[in-house]
This record gives sequence, structure tokens and C-alpha cells, in this order.
Amino acid sequence: MLNLYTKRRLTNAIGLSISVAAMAFGLFWLCWILWTLLDHGLPAMTPAVFAKMTPPPGSSGGLLNAIYGSIAMTMGGTLIGTPIGIMAGTYLAEFGQRGWLSPLTRFINDILLSAPSIVIGLFIYEIYVVRLKHFSGWAGTLALAIIVIPIVIRTTENMLRLVPSSLREAAAALGAPQWKIINFVTLRAARAGIITGVMLAIARISGETAPLLFTALNNQFWNKDMSQPMANLPVVIFQFAMSPYEDWQKLAWAGALLITFSVLTLNILARTLFRQGNSTH
Amino acid sequence: MNATTPHRIVVKDLNFYYGKFRALKDINLDIADKKVTAFIGPSGCGKSTLLRTFNRMYQLYPNQTATGSIMLDGDNILDRNQDLNKLRAKVGMVFQKPTPFPMSIYDNIAFGVKLYHNLSRNDMDERVEWALKKAALWVEVKDKLKQSGMGLSGGQQQRLCIARAIAVKPQVLLLDEPTSALDPISTAHIEKLIDELKEDFTIVIVTHNMQQAARVSDYTAYMYMGDLVEFGETSSVFTNPKRKETEDYITGRFG
Repeated sequence: MLNLYTKRRLTNAIGLSISVAAMAFGLFWLCWILWTLLDHGLPAMTPAVFAKMTPPPGSSGGLLNAIYGSIAMTMGGTLIGTPIGIMAGTYLAEFGQRGWLSPLTRFINDILLSAPSIVIGLFIYEIYVVRLKHFSGWAGTLALAIIVIPIVIRTTENMLRLVPSSLREAAAALGAPQWKIINFVTLRAARAGIITGVMLAIARISGETAPLLFTALNNQFWNKDMSQPMANLPVVIFQFAMSPYEDWQKLAWAGALLITFSVLTLNILARTLFRQGNSTH
Repeated sequence: MNATTPHRIVVKDLNFYYGKFRALKDINLDIADKKVTAFIGPSGCGKSTLLRTFNRMYQLYPNQTATGSIMLDGDNILDRNQDLNKLRAKVGMVFQKPTPFPMSIYDNIAFGVKLYHNLSRNDMDERVEWALKKAALWVEVKDKLKQSGMGLSGGQQQRLCIARAIAVKPQVLLLDEPTSALDPISTAHIEKLIDELKEDFTIVIVTHNMQQAARVSDYTAYMYMGDLVEFGETSSVFTNPKRKETEDYITGRFG
């Protein structure tokens, strides 16, 4: 008897140790990354970062144009991609039991989901940039939207599938038509998960460099015109970090810190807002 | 069955198929008006399937078909032209697991009512209160109508679902094992409720619990493998079953 229990306790201890070790291993790298980021980024965080444009080599400046460009294109990409993604995901989950269209869509979506982002950048380059003969903020927005769509489709479908069918039946039993069941019952029940999916997509695109390199490119100057080449943080970081100029490298660190913490803030905000919304509702 | 009891639902030669599998075999059955009829039988005998034909719930899924006729108010429920929304306004349903919608207690009840009536704010308030009182939930929730229905206990959630179903004032209330996920106290609440509700509604209940069938129902149908084995007044089915199979099941020798 004792033997059996000792054995169980031992197995438990071993399993637990391995899990804790694995977690510590992961956390170690994460903390190191964050530490390096803070160590280099914080000193570079000056008011000028938010007030001045990206400078030519050797002179001081900021990231204002890149910050604006990143926000504009990330928002644009999310605004275009989210509705399409949610609607397509809803179709797959709620209407997709019959026919050939949904398995096909799901398959293509999976491919799109795992497509390297540089391929998406090249695609937009080929169909948009080449035809208009210049890089632009719109092209960058489109490329980001294409990255958003499959992520949102996948999470929306998965989250809707988690909604128990008894809930759908209950709404149908009251005589609710299908569009009302979907809009007022199932999508609501899956809301938290769908919002998480959108957040994931935003986090993903706000750090994407490759698709912007071929589409929005970069712009040294202040530019609000989406049909012109547009500065953005990932490309600026890429360009500045690889440069031999110390001013530029510092700005690259500041940019990296900015992206990381805005994504973090966004996530925390969404979580707390949602939690409040959930408890009072 | 007493010939003078008016019938609310008349089932004739009902067959039901899941794909090619015949789950109900030539069912003939009359459901008495404003009485409680219980369907009992072992798992997979078709009692839930039978219940789900009364509001055509099976329509949600492909490859499920029913033949025969189920008459309600002179209309055949199974008729292709039967308006499903109208049918479900007349036939409400409560499920095994409580299914509150992800919205406030008030909106849970208003949701169904809004599908059929365009009530003023005042009338809607009254309707919600009426339904919650009927479902014996009003006292517990009257101060938190704006809170989420998901925050209630299991038993309260189930009574909320009953309130939601009766708020649209159906004629028939289908209960599919309504207490199997609840504790004994909540179960007692619901059984008491069923007793009160039969003054206004025709109730059909599927249950695994034979004591429950004996306690709450006026008529009992025993089903086995898609056949309706025995149907009659609950007192006679339980005390003096005509068929050997029914007796075996009721006395616990089988199932």
C-alpha cells in the first residue's frame, strides 16, 4: 500500500518538476528578451521619439511618422480583415455542415494561415504595387488585412464550434430564425474568444516586416496620404537596426519597445474591459 | 384513456428516421390537454426523438425525417408547409442542460417574446414579471434582472429556461429530462412547478427517473427500441401494467 502511494507521489513530483522546468525555460528567454528590450529601449525613449520624424543618418530625430504609419495600416488592416474573417468563420461554423464549399474554404484558409508573410507581401506587390507603379500605405494595409483574415476565420470558427448545440436548439425552440440565433445567441456566446482572435491578429500584424517591405516600403517624411509610400515601425526597425549609425540603432530599440508594449497594453486592456463587460452584463 | 379528455396532440402512424435507421416505429398516441404526459424507457428507446418531433427540432439537422402525422389545432405539424416559427410559438421546449442565453435575465425572457409581439416597455416588463412568477423564480431574481442569466445556479437557470419558454404563452410545453442535471432540491422545485403549470399548459416530459414520472404525470408512455409499448394513465401503468416488458422496466428488472 505504502509503496503504491510513495510511487504515485514520486511520479507526481517528477511530472511537476518537469513542467515547472519547462515553464522556467520558456520564461527565462521571455524575460531575457524583455530585459534586453527595456535595457536598450528605455534610454532611447525620449520625447523626441514621439515628436520628430525619422532622421537622416547622423542627426537626431524621432519615429513620429513611423508610429503614425504603423497605427494607420494596422488599424486599416484590422478593419478590413476582421469583418471578412468573422463572417467567413461564422459561415464555416454555422452553415458549413453540408456541401463542398466549406471544406474547400477551410482547406484554403489553413494554407493561407501558414503562408509565409513575405509571400503575401510579394503577392500584393505583384497585383497592386507593380500596376500602380509605386509603393503605398493602401498596399501595406491590404497585405496586413490578408494576414488578419485567416487568423480571424480560424478563431471565429473554433470559438463558435465550442458553443454547445443545445444553446442553438434552445433559441430555435423559441422560434427564432437562424440569423437571430447567430447574431444574438451564438456570436454573443463566443464573443470573448472571437475578440481574443482579433487581438492575436493585431499583435501578429503590428510586428510584420516582410509584407510591408514590398508594399508600404518606407517614408522619411510625415505622410498622412495612404496612397503614398508610408513609414512604419517594423521596416524602420529593420532598416535602422542594421545600420552602422548609433542614433538609428537607438531609435530601432525605441521602436521595438513601443511595438511590444502597445501590443501588451492592447491585450491587457481588452482582457480587463471584457471581464468587466462580462460581469455586469 | 378516458374518452372525454380532450386531446391537444394526436400522433398517427409516426415513423422517424436518422438517415436509414428507423428510430420510431408506427407510433400512435394522443396527448391530453392540460395534463402531464411522461415518456419513459431505457436510453436510446426513442422517447427524446418522439418529443423532438412535436416542435420539429430535428429539422435543424440533415438526414432526419419523419412520416405520418402529428395533429395540433387541426394542423399537421409534419406538413412541409407548416410555418416553423408559428409552430414553435405554440410548442415551447426546455432541455436537459439549462441553456440560458449569454444576456441578462430580463433579455433572456424578452428574447422569445420579441419574436412574436411588439410590446411596449411597460407591457414587456409585465410579461417578464409574469413569466418569472409562473416559473417561481421572481422572488430570487427581481433585484438582478439586468445581471447575466449565466450567473444563476443550475436550478435557477432551468427555471429561467422554463420562464423563457412560457413567456411566449405556448399551448404545449416539452420538457426533455429537465431535472437530470439538477440536485434533489432544485428537482423538487421543478416538479412542484410542473404541477402548477399544467393548469395552463399541456406538458410532455421525458424522464429517466421513474419515480419522477410517477410523481408528476397523469399519463405515461413506456417506449422500447422505437416502439410505444404501453400507454395509459400513470396510476394504472405503474400499479397494473398490461405488458410484461413494462412491468420489468418499472420494477427495475431491466434497463
